Amino acid sequence: MALRLKKQSVLPGFGLAMGWTLFYLCLIVLIPLSTIFMKSASLGWGGFWRVISSPRALASFRLSLGASLIAAAINGFFGLVVAWVLVRYRFPGRRLLDGLVDLPFALPTAVAGIVLTTLYSQNGWIGSQLAKIGIKVSYTPLGIVVALTFIGLPFVVRTIQPVLQVMDVGVEEAAASLGAGLWQTFRRVILPELLPAWITGITLAFARSLGEYGSVVFIAGNMPMRTEITPLLIMIKLDQFDYAGASAIALAFLIVSFSLLLFVNLMQRRQDVAQALR
Amino acid sequence: MPRSEEVTTEIISAPAPGPIREAVAARMDPPSVRWALIATCFGFLGLFLLLPLAAVFVNALGKGVEVYLRALTDPEALSAIRLTLLTAGIAVPLNLVFGIAAAWSIARFDFAGKRVLITLIDVPFSVSPVISGMVFVLLFGAQGLFGRWLIDHGIRIVFAVPGLILATTFVTFPYIARELIPTLQALGSEEEEAALTLGASGWRTFFRVTLPNIKWSLLYGVILCNARAMGEFGAVSVVSGRIRGLTNTMPLYIEILYNDYQFSAAFAVASLLTILALVTLIAKGIVEWKSEAEVPEIYKVPAEEQP
Repeated sequence: MALRLKKQSVLPGFGLAMGWTLFYLCLIVLIPLSTIFMKSASLGWGGFWRVISSPRALASFRLSLGASLIAAAINGFFGLVVAWVLVRYRFPGRRLLDGLVDLPFALPTAVAGIVLTTLYSQNGWIGSQLAKIGIKVSYTPLGIVVALTFIGLPFVVRTIQPVLQVMDVGVEEAAASLGAGLWQTFRRVILPELLPAWITGITLAFARSLGEYGSVVFIAGNMPMRTEITPLLIMIKLDQFDYAGASAIALAFLIVSFSLLLFVNLMQRRQDVAQALR
Repeated sequence: MPRSEEVTTEIISAPAPGPIREAVAARMDPPSVRWALIATCFGFLGLFLLLPLAAVFVNALGKGVEVYLRALTDPEALSAIRLTLLTAGIAVPLNLVFGIAAAWSIARFDFAGKRVLITLIDVPFSVSPVISGMVFVLLFGAQGLFGRWLIDHGIRIVFAVPGLILATTFVTFPYIARELIPTLQALGSEEEEAALTLGASGWRTFFRVTLPNIKWSLLYGVILCNARAMGEFGAVSVVSGRIRGLTNTMPLYIEILYNDYQFSAAFAVASLLTILALVTLIAKGIVEWKSEAEVPEIYKVPAEEQP
């Protein structure tokens, strides 16, 4: 069986390595994840639907999707600027900034949560300034957007950077010499090349923000119907021992996450094909 | 302008080598645009990265070094640090062995369903941390699948240390495999085949040929995996049950302190994790620089292909 599925190779260790890979994958990831399907199935279609369409669940979906979308859009714009500046220009502090871009990957989300909450609370460094013009950030949906922007920051920058690095400057130069303006060159020459990586980066940032918990619970205030994100609602249902309800919401959430993962994979494959054809 | 001549001769074929390309690129945008973009970049990263980073240390040391040190040597803080080290100390080696096995089978052999396997390895990345913790409650919790059996046999997994380790292992599952797979693929198997035909055993080939070649990306994967393992909050929060001093890792302890309004202490513990994050970033930089410097000659672009 294994011989037919696998091409012949002189290298040893396929059985051992593959066996362990599959065993460990099932043990740690697949079997645990399957419990969500089993538990939600125990509700039946009607029960599943009732949980998913309850006002509190719907409010949390709207908030999670909306805040993640806004945060991803903010990162889409600023991520592009940051990637452009880091690849194209040389200035003091560039390497430092470049290294720091990964900070949200490396910094534990609980730390991000308490520090952002403190900064944006009414007597914090930023919050006190914003309070003067009547903007409240901590404990409002705006605070959630701030936390999710921080969490998603590296994705757009890190997906665009490699594409910008290998991009042919000659084409831009040609466009400019043919009389294209700065904006026209960007829109007609640079943007089409960047688009797949850009969309991938924004989608990754969006997907990451959707599931984020640690940084948001501190800054959100966690009021039901108003600042309660979906992961928090799952947590609350678990604390109330409503395992089936928690699974139903988790399942709906997983379907969205996996669709996004699939979309990113398709985008990347298209990009690979496009590069191979060139 | 005199520049057009020298430029056109340089950019006929792409990609041009670094310094020339940069010179061309820098001349493309007018200074006003360039400075506006650089200012935007500094403003955005300053607001979202530098300011929070500074705030961690200012808040941690705000009440003096003595308060800071007392917060860190508190018995509960020490037990949280110990538990964090224990959790990462088990989860990271487990995922290291898996990462090597997965990379070896995926990068060295062709088999049906390879793409599916790669996608499945990535799954924990796209699962919310809360859901990652939840699945273990569903399995081992009091009302979970094995709940009854575990209670009958007096074994505690959820709301105890094994649960923390399982949740952390799940969350950090893909890190090392994801670093190793592309590295092994890029290296090719010629050297290993040569070692084998010269009579080396499989294990000897692995330790003498493969491992030295992948050591930097292995190290990088371990560093990333470790940072996430020590900093994970959502997943361990679900399985911890928040039993003080018993199931608190550092991030959970930070939450308790913060909710108790012990802000200085919370930021003191947070500063340790922030230092870990900074060390991770520096190590990442060094490893990238090292592995770039060590790219074997054959993988570099031959000089004559550069214009």
